[in-house]
Amino acid sequence: MESVGSIIMYLIIALSIIVFSVLTVTSRKILRAATYLLFTLFATAALYFKLDYEFLGAVQIAVYAGGIVVLFVFAILLTSHPGHSSERLVSKKRALGFVAGVATLLVAGYALLSRCCMAMTSLPEMSNPTMKQIGEAMMGTGEGQYLLPFEAISVLLLACIIGGVVVARKR
Amino acid sequence: MEVTIPVLILAIPLLMFFLLGLLGKYMSHKLAGILGTAGMGITLLLAYFTAFTYFFSGAPDFVDAQTGQRLQYIVFNQDWLAFYNNLVIRIGFLLDPISALMLVVITTISFMVHLYSNGYMRDHHGVYERGFQRFYAFLSLFSFSMLGLVVATNIFQMYIFWELVGASSYLLIGFYYTKPSAVSASKKAFIVTRFADLGFLIGILILSFYTGTFNFTEFTSAAVGESGNLFAVNEATAQGISNIFATSAAPMFMGASVLTWALVLIFMGGMGKSAMLPLHIWLPDAMEGPTPVSALIHAATMVVAGVYLVARLFPLYLMSTAALDIITVVGALTAFYAAMVACVQIDIKRVLAFSTISQIAFMMVSLGVARPEFHEGLGYMASMFHMFTHAMFKALLFLCAGAIIHAVGSNDYTEMHGLRKHMPVTHITFLIGCLAIAGIIPFSGFFSKDEILSACMGNSWLAYLWMSLVAGMTAFYMFRLYYLIFWWKEHKIHAGHHAPHDQAWTMTLPLVILAAVTCVAGFIPFGNLVSWNGEPYDFMAHFDWSIAAVSLIVALVGIGLATVMYRKENPMPAKMRNALPALWNWCFHRFYWDELYMFITHKIIFNGICKPIAWFDRRIIDGSMDGLAYISNKASWAIRGLQSGNVQTYVWIYLLGALLLGAITAICVI
Amino acid sequence: MDITMIYYLVPALIMFCCGVYGFITRRNMIAMLISLELMLNAVDINFVVFNRYLFPGQMEGMFFTLFAIAIAAAETAISIAIIINVYRSVKNVKVDDLTEMKN
Repeated sequence: MESVGSIIMYLIIALSIIVFSVLTVTSRKILRAATYLLFTLFATAALYFKLDYEFLGAVQIAVYAGGIVVLFVFAILLTSHPGHSSERLVSKKRALGFVAGVATLLVAGYALLSRCCMAMTSLPEMSNPTMKQIGEAMMGTGEGQYLLPFEAISVLLLACIIGGVVVARKR
Repeated sequence: MEVTIPVLILAIPLLMFFLLGLLGKYMSHKLAGILGTAGMGITLLLAYFTAFTYFFSGAPDFVDAQTGQRLQYIVFNQDWLAFYNNLVIRIGFLLDPISALMLVVITTISFMVHLYSNGYMRDHHGVYERGFQRFYAFLSLFSFSMLGLVVATNIFQMYIFWELVGASSYLLIGFYYTKPSAVSASKKAFIVTRFADLGFLIGILILSFYTGTFNFTEFTSAAVGESGNLFAVNEATAQGISNIFATSAAPMFMGASVLTWALVLIFMGGMGKSAMLPLHIWLPDAMEGPTPVSALIHAATMVVAGVYLVARLFPLYLMSTAALDIITVVGALTAFYAAMVACVQIDIKRVLAFSTISQIAFMMVSLGVARPEFHEGLGYMASMFHMFTHAMFKALLFLCAGAIIHAVGSNDYTEMHGLRKHMPVTHITFLIGCLAIAGIIPFSGFFSKDEILSACMGNSWLAYLWMSLVAGMTAFYMFRLYYLIFWWKEHKIHAGHHAPHDQAWTMTLPLVILAAVTCVAGFIPFGNLVSWNGEPYDFMAHFDWSIAAVSLIVALVGIGLATVMYRKENPMPAKMRNALPALWNWCFHRFYWDELYMFITHKIIFNGICKPIAWFDRRIIDGSMDGLAYISNKASWAIRGLQSGNVQTYVWIYLLGALLLGAITAICVI
Repeated sequence: MDITMIYYLVPALIMFCCGVYGFITRRNMIAMLISLELMLNAVDINFVVFNRYLFPGQMEGMFFTLFAIAIAAAETAISIAIIINVYRSVKNVKVDDLTEMKN
C-alpha cells in the first residue's frame, strides 16, 4: 500500500508525461515543442527520482534537459526565420502518422495487458545505489561491471565532438 | 645423335615467330626480313646436317650393319600430357627416311620462300607491304608447325601439329585481310580442312582405342627396347595388331573391319589437307594468299601432309588393302578431274593450283597401288620421290608465277602474252619447271612420274592407262599455260608504262636454285634412301624402258598439242570451245563443285537444320531469358515508387512491418 | 492502492506513440529529431522500470539507460551539426524540400 503522497506524486508525473508528450508533437511552433520536450524530460527525471534512481535522474536533468534541449534551442534559433515559426501539416501525412501511432499503441498495449499479471507486481524494496556502487560498477571489469562500454562511450563522444566540429565548420 | 640440333630445328622457327610476332612492329621491315630469312637459313643448315648424318653417316643407330636396312631412330621423346599410365601423350623427334627427306624439302622450300618474299612483298618502288613483319612471323610459325608434323613420334603429336599447320595456313591465306575474297578463302580452307580433321581425329581414337598406343614405332615395328628400333614391319607385331582388331569387341562395322574404318577415317584427314576429290574445293581459293605462301604451303609442304600421313602409317595400311584401294580410286579420280579443270582456267595461279591437286593425287595413287609384292613396294618409294621432285618444281613454278604477277600486276594470262623477251630468267626457269612436270627426260619429274607409272603397272593395267592419260593432260595444260604466258601474241607496251622485267636478285636467285635442283634431282639414287621398309634397293633394276618410252611419248603428244594450239595466236582454242560448249563450261566452272557445296550448305543444311535451330534459340531459349528480363524490368518499375528517398515513408513502412511481426508474435506466443 | 509496473509502462507507451506520430508527421528536421528523443526517452523509462521492479538488487537497466543517454547526446550533437550544415547550404530544413541530391 502506497502513501497518498506517493500516489499524488505519481499522478502528477504520469499526467505531465502524457500531456507534455502530446503537446510536443502537436504544437505548431517549434520552439514551443522544444519547451514541451524539456518538460517531458523533467517529468521523466522525476519518475527516475521516484523509482529511487537519484543518480540517473540527475544525469537525465544534466545531460538531456541541460545539454540536449539547449542544443535544440540553439539550432532552432539558428535555422528558423524570425516571425515564421509555425509549420503547416499535410493532412495526408497527419492521417498516416495517426494510423502509425494508434497501431503502435494497440499492438504494444495488447502485449502489455495480456501480460498484466506479471505487470501487476508491486514495488519491491530496494536500497538506493550509492555513488560508490555506481563508480565501482563503472570502473571494473568483472561481472556486472561496465568498464568496456564506458570506454567505448568515451571514444564515441570524442569522435562525436570531432565530427560535429568538422561537419558544422564554416567552409 | 646429339639432341641439341633436332631441338634447334624446331626451336628456331618458333623463336622467330615469337620474335617477329611480338617485337616485329618495333623493327624496320628490312631487319624483320633479314631476321626471318637468317633464322630459316640456320634451320636449313641444321636440317641438312641432320638429314646427311642420318642418310650417310652409317652409324649403327641409323643403319643396320648386316642388312643395310635403315632404322627408325627416336632422338627424344618427352612425356607431355600424362593422363594416366596407359594414356601418355609425348612430344618427340623421330628420324627415319621420310622424316629426314621432309626436313630437307620443307627447310629448302621455306628458305627459298623467305628469301623470295623479301623481294615479292614490296611494290615496284621498293616500298614494303603493310604487315610485312607479320607475314614473316606467320611464315616462321608455319615452318615450325610443318617441321613438328613430320618429326612427330606419335599420331597425337602429329595431329596437334597438323592443326597448327591448318591454323597458320589460315592466317597466311587471309594475310590480305582487308580483301573479302581472301577472308572468305581463308575461312573456307579452315572449315573444309577442319571438317576433314574430324574424320582424322575419330580415326586416331578408334585406332588407339584398339591398339592401346599412339606411337608410330609401335604401329610399325617390334617393341622398342627389346630388339632395337626395327623399322621393318615386324610380322609378329603386324599379326598382333590384326589380332587385336580381329578379336576385339567390334571387329566389323557396316561390312568393313574396324581397322579399315579407322584407316579410311585417318585418310579422310589426309584428303582434307591434300585436297582430294570431295574436299578439294579450298585449294583453288587459297590462291588468294600471297604467291610465296602458295608456293610454300599450297604446293610443296602442307598439301603433301596427307600423303605423308598415309606414308607414315603405310605398314598399317598394308593390313587393310581395302583402304589402299579406296586411296587409289580417290586419287585417280582427283588426278583426272583436276587435270580436266586445269586445261581451261584463266587465272595462272588457279591452273597451278589444279595441277598441284592433280600431282598430289599422283602421289596418293602411287601409295595406293604400292604392295610389297610388286617391285618391292616401288609405289611407296615413287610417291616419296615424286613428293620431293614435285615440291621443288612446283615451288619453282609458283615462284615464277609470283614474279610474273609481280611484274604484270594481274593473275590473268590475257594480260601477259609474249613475256619471254622481257623476263628471260623467269622464262627459262619456268620452262624447266614445265618440262619437269610434263615428264621430259633429264628433268626430275620424268623419273619420279615414270616410277609412279611403273608402280601402277605393277598393280593393274587400268590404273596405268588412266594415270598415263592424266600425265599426258598434265603436259598439255602446263604447256598451254607456258605458251599463253610467254608466247601467243605480244602486248604493245604503252608509252609511259615500263615494260615487265626480271625481278630483284632476292626473287631471281631462288628461281635459279630451284631450277638447278629440278634439273639434277632425278639422278639422286632415291631407292637407296627411301623405301617402305628401309631396305635400300636399286630402283634402276625396276626401271622399265618401255613404260618410260610410252610416258615420254604421251608427254610429247601433250606438249605438241599445246604447241599447235597456243604457240601463236590462232582461232583453234575458240573452235574447240565452241565444238564442245558443255564440256568446256563444266571444266571452266570446276564441274560445279563449289555450287554443289553451296547448294548443300545453303539450301539444305541452312534451311533444313540451321533455321529451325536458330528459331528455337531465338524464340524459346532467348525468349525465356528475355521474358525474365522483361518481368524484372516491369516489376522494378512497379516498385520504383517505394524507393522515394523520403525517410518518413521508410519509417512508416518499416513500422508497419515491425508491428505486423509484433502482432503475430503477440497473438501466437502469448 | 499499489503503483504496479503497468502504471509506469502505459505513460511510456503513450510517449513512444507520440514520438512515432511526430516523426512521421513533422516536416522540420529539428522537430523530427525532437520526436526521436521522445521515443528514446520512452525506451529508457522501460529499462529503468523493468530493472526496478523485476531485478531490484542489480543495476543493468540503470546502466543501459545511462549509456543510452550518453549516446543520445552524441547522436543529437552530430545530427544538429548536419542540420546546420544543410541549412547553411540550402537555407531550408524541411525534409520534403531536400531533394538536391536525388535524381
